[in-house]
Amino acid sequence: MEKGSFEVKVGLAEMLKGGVIMDVTTVEQAKIAEDAGASAVMALERIPADIRKDGGVARMSDPKLIKDIQKTVSIPVMAKCRIGHFVEAQILESLEIDFIDESEVLTPADEENHIWKQDFKTPFVCGATCLAEALRRIGEGAAMIRTKGEAGTGDIVEAVRHIRTIVNEMKILTQLGQDQLMSEAKRMGAPFHLVEQVAKTGKLPVPNFSAGGIATPADAALVMQLGAEAVFVGSGIFKSDDPTKRAKAIVQAATYYQDGKKLAEISYGLGMAMRGMDVKELSEEERLAQRGW
Amino acid sequence: MTIGVLALQGGFQRHLAMLEQLGVEAIPVRYAQQLTNCNGLILPGGESTTMTRLLESEGLWAAIASFVQSHPVFGTCAGAILLSKDAQDARVKPFEIMDMVAERNAYGRQVDSFSAPLDLSGIGAQQYNAVFIRAPQLKLTSESVDILATENGRPVLVRQGMALAATFHPELTADPAIHRYFIESVVPNQKTVVAKKVVAHV
Repeated sequence: MEKGSFEVKVGLAEMLKGGVIMDVTTVEQAKIAEDAGASAVMALERIPADIRKDGGVARMSDPKLIKDIQKTVSIPVMAKCRIGHFVEAQILESLEIDFIDESEVLTPADEENHIWKQDFKTPFVCGATCLAEALRRIGEGAAMIRTKGEAGTGDIVEAVRHIRTIVNEMKILTQLGQDQLMSEAKRMGAPFHLVEQVAKTGKLPVPNFSAGGIATPADAALVMQLGAEAVFVGSGIFKSDDPTKRAKAIVQAATYYQDGKKLAEISYGLGMAMRGMDVKELSEEERLAQRGW
Repeated sequence: MTIGVLALQGGFQRHLAMLEQLGVEAIPVRYAQQLTNCNGLILPGGESTTMTRLLESEGLWAAIASFVQSHPVFGTCAGAILLSKDAQDARVKPFEIMDMVAERNAYGRQVDSFSAPLDLSGIGAQQYNAVFIRAPQLKLTSESVDILATENGRPVLVRQGMALAATFHPELTADPAIHRYFIESVVPNQKTVVAKKVVAHV
């Protein structure tokens, strides 16, 4: 029997496909998310929109909150640690968190190094804005990639940019000859064996999800039609008028993402979405996606 | 022959790919009317709570409950839970066609997920490595459920008539032996049953 192998880590990511992973800050929200059909929850003290508003340093959640949510739901429970903060990750692993998100939404702890994720038995998900960044994280041991998007804005434009970039860059790689791959790996700053693997298969070696700005069923369907295999919804649900209804609707949208008629039914009468903010109004320092590399 | 793979949430893509690899036509099933084109159905892994919600909201639950009464079905992990008589959890609504009780996440959380070798010589597979992800355990409640494989003394691959259930993920192992067994040994069984019925009527 072998535990914590890469195969077993990616196995859980495979089972989350076609689903919605929801940010929750209380036991009550976790229940609402599970009842609505979430395939996992992300246990957080503050959702990204509030982290943005409050400012200050954002850190790993209190283990008490995480434990309470674990006791409440039967679906996988994820939690975030700061980029490079491997001790927060060790704590989360000891709490038996199902997936650790090394997340740009929290204030980075290390501007040089991300966590060496191969040292852990718990699977990690990391954000990426482009293929090279995704492959660097997979090289460190990430078992799932998600677009960074721009968390807490409710503006889908950055998630779209990131998923399109990753998908396009993979297509381009498949067109290159073997003799060009080393030079391409050097240009990208990504591990050669992973560049070679993507050139052969045309897809990431781990599941490719989307996060950062999803606020409506249509947003979820958009990133999935563009190639995302599941979605994370942060502020989009519990900052809306009717979280229960919206959570259910986004779960349905992740399944029926190719069916316009069904999406219309799903989107009917959901109340106001989160108000959100235009990403263009953010200054460079306010952009979370530029954290990490 | 066409095999449907329930494609509401979870590991359905890998099942579809494995069936295609075996030269079987496979379709992702998201609507009740698609079942009329299927000779058998696979219920994949994923979250059984999520699948229950979607099965109910889309009117698929009743359609599948009736389909599996007369067609071959193969459930893996969450899919196996959905075939059980009892999932011991109000959040999950199983189809109750196999005489077994399922315990969800019985090994623990993801840290206790594992891979392990299985003896599948009974169905002609060599050196099979099975992947168990937050897997359930099954307690069989009748002798009409056949045990095809065990892990650490526990039944992990079982069959009752036209229903096959695995607590692990055959779609994540490169060897398609279990899918081949379903296609070659479980699905043809359906024809025999139908043929007998026809003869009886004559």
